Amino acid sequence: MIRFAVVSGKGGTGKTVVTGAIAQICIRSRVMVDCDVDAANLELLLNPQILERKDFYGMEAACIDPGICTACGICSDACRFDAISMVNGTFSVDPGRCEGCRVCRLVCPSGAVSMQPRIVGEIFYSQTSYGNLVHARLAPGAANSGLLVSDIKKMALSRNNDCDLMLIDGPPGIGCPLIATITGTDHVMVVTEPSVLGLHDLERVVRVSRSLRTQVSVVINKSDLNSRISGEIRDYCRKKELVFRGEIPYDEAVMEAVRMGRPVTEYDVPASEAIRCIWDNISQELW
Amino acid sequence: MIITVASGKGGTGKSMVAANLAWSLAASDPVTLVDCDVEEPNLHLFFPEARAVVTPVTIMVPDVDPDRCTLCGDCARFCAFGALVAAKDRVLFFPEHCHSCGGCTIACPVGAIAEIPRPIGTVTERAITTSFRLVTGTLNEGEVLAVKVIQKAKDAAGSAAWVILDASPGTSCPVVETLQGSDVCILVTESTPFGLHDLALAYDVTSQMGIPSGVVINRSDGKDEAALRFCKEKKIPVLAVIPFERKIAEIQGSGDLISRRDPVWKERFRAIGGACRALWEGA
Amino acid sequence: MRICIPSKGPEPGDLVDERFGRAPYYVIFDAESGTTESYKNPAAEGMGGVGPRAAQFLLDKNVQVLVTARIGGNALGALKAGGITILLYDQAGSTVRDAIAAYKSGGLKEQ
Repeated sequence: MIRFAVVSGKGGTGKTVVTGAIAQICIRSRVMVDCDVDAANLELLLNPQILERKDFYGMEAACIDPGICTACGICSDACRFDAISMVNGTFSVDPGRCEGCRVCRLVCPSGAVSMQPRIVGEIFYSQTSYGNLVHARLAPGAANSGLLVSDIKKMALSRNNDCDLMLIDGPPGIGCPLIATITGTDHVMVVTEPSVLGLHDLERVVRVSRSLRTQVSVVINKSDLNSRISGEIRDYCRKKELVFRGEIPYDEAVMEAVRMGRPVTEYDVPASEAIRCIWDNISQELW
Repeated sequence: MIITVASGKGGTGKSMVAANLAWSLAASDPVTLVDCDVEEPNLHLFFPEARAVVTPVTIMVPDVDPDRCTLCGDCARFCAFGALVAAKDRVLFFPEHCHSCGGCTIACPVGAIAEIPRPIGTVTERAITTSFRLVTGTLNEGEVLAVKVIQKAKDAAGSAAWVILDASPGTSCPVVETLQGSDVCILVTESTPFGLHDLALAYDVTSQMGIPSGVVINRSDGKDEAALRFCKEKKIPVLAVIPFERKIAEIQGSGDLISRRDPVWKERFRAIGGACRALWEGA
Repeated sequence: MRICIPSKGPEPGDLVDERFGRAPYYVIFDAESGTTESYKNPAAEGMGGVGPRAAQFLLDKNVQVLVTARIGGNALGALKAGGITILLYDQAGSTVRDAIAAYKSGGLKEQ
C-alpha cells in the first residue's frame, strides 16, 4: 500500500479539491482518510454513507462532587488553567478549560475530585463509490492533537490493508496534526498557491516533511493568479531540489463542482486536465 | 473595542480582512492588530519594513534538585503528560510534554522540585505607523502550548480604540482562547459548501460564547445564496461581500493590501468597522 | 532477570503488540522463576506523553529487558537511562510465548 498525503502549509490552497479529484480519477483500489479533523470537508465531495461511528476520548476532565466539596477553594487557587470557579456555593470545573493535569485532585483535602472520561470528537467509517472513507470531527475548543489523526489512519490501514493506495487529505499548518498526518507516508504532495503567504508556508511544510524523510513534490494551484510568484515557487523548488509536478490554472468550474458536491474531474474543464496530468505523472512513479 | 477575525475553514481570507480592516481604521484611530495564529503567523508579511522588538514567552517547568531527590518517582507517576521519568540515577524531563501545571512540585514529598522559566515562543511588536501597532505571537516549532503564547500576545496588545485579533482557522482550543473577551467576531467565509459547512461550526462556537458575530463573504462569485440564506436564518448580519477579482488576488497575493492601494476599499473596510461597532452597541 | 513483552492480551498465547507505548498489556516474564505476570498498560489510552509514562511503568515493575519491534525516541531515552536493555523482535503474528522463546534462544539484537 502506498500512503500518499496531500498537504498545503497555508489553508485554502485547494488541497481538498485536489484530493477529491485524485479519489475520482485513480484507477487503483484506495481508501481515503480526511486528516483535517478540525474542518473535515472531503466528505462534501465524496458523498459517503456512514457505516460506523465511534467516540473519541481526550484527556480526562476533573469533576468536583458538590456533596463532598467544602468550598475551601484550594483547588481553584492551585489550578493554572482558570478552570475552577465557584458555582452555587461549591466549586466546579469547566471541562472546556480543564487541561486534565489532576493538580486539583492532588491538593483537595476532602477527596471531592475525580477524573472523568471526556469525549472530544467522533470518528466515522464510511463507504463511497471510490472506496472507504475514514473521517472525524473534533469538538469545538478541543486541543488539536495528533492522536485523532493517528487513530483514523490506523483504522483505515487495518480495515483496508489490501488497497493499493491510502489517499490522505491533510490539515493546514505544521503542528501536531500535520506531523501525525505525514508520519509513515511514502509521499507528500504540497498544493500551494502563488501568494507571499502561500510561499512562506510552503517553505515551512517542506522543511517538516523532509525532516520526516518522506518524498515531497509540489503543485501550484490557481497558478495564473500571480505568475510572478508562481515563477518564484518554481525557482524555490529548483533550488531546494524539490520535484515540481505541475500547475493548475484558476478555474471557476472548481467552485461549481464543489457546489454540486462532486470532484471537479467529473467535468471536462481546464483544472481537470491539469490534475489528470499531474496524477498520471505521479502514479507512474509510485507504482 | 476588541474584534476577533475568525473562520471555520482555513484560507478564506481572515488575514486579508484583519489586515485591511486594521489599516483602514488606523487612518483615524489608534489600532493594534494582533496575530494570534501563533503556529503560522503571517500578518507581518504585509508590513515587511517595520522594525521588530522581540520578547520571549516562557512557561515555568520543573527543575529537579539532584541532591534532594530520592528518585521515589512520585513526580513521574503524577504527571499526566509523561514529562517526567524517574530512572535509576536521575529524573528525566521531556520539555515538549510539560503543560506547566505545577503538579510535580506539589507531588514531590521532599520538596526537590523548583520551577524555572523555559522559552516556548515570542511576542513581537512592530510600530507600523504612529497610530498602528502590530503584535505577533509566535509559537516555537515543536511546542504545543499555543494558548500561553496567545495569552501573552493579547496582554502585549493592551488597549487601543480598536484591537483586532487574527485567530487561527478552525474551532480548536487556541481559537477559543483568542475569542475570550472579544466584543465582536467577524466570521470570514467563502461562498462554497466547504465555507458554509465550516461557517456553521464556527458560528456555533461564537454563539455559545455569547459573542455577537457578523459574516464577511470573501472571494464571492455572485452565487452566495446558500451562505446568505444561512445568515438570514440565524440572524447573522452580513457585514460585507468581497467579490473574487483577479486584481484583488494579485494585490493581496503579492503581499500588499487593497485598502492601501485603493481609497474605495479603505472606505469599505472602515464601513465594516462601523458595522462591527453597531453590532456591539446593538447587542 | 525480568523481561517485558508488550502484547495485545494478558495470556502467553496472546499476540505480541509491535508498539511499546500503546500496547494494551505488558507481560513480564521472570527468568529465574519461569513465571509470567500481566498488567494493563496504564499509559495506553493517554493523549500524549505515552512513551515516558510507559517507561516509568516498566521501571516501577523492576524490568531489566524489553522485547519490542517499535519504540519511540522519548521512551527509548527513558528506558536506557533506567538501565533497561531493549531487544529487537519483529515477527508479525507471533505470540508472547514465541517472544519469550526467542529471548531464551539468545538471538535477539540490542536496539
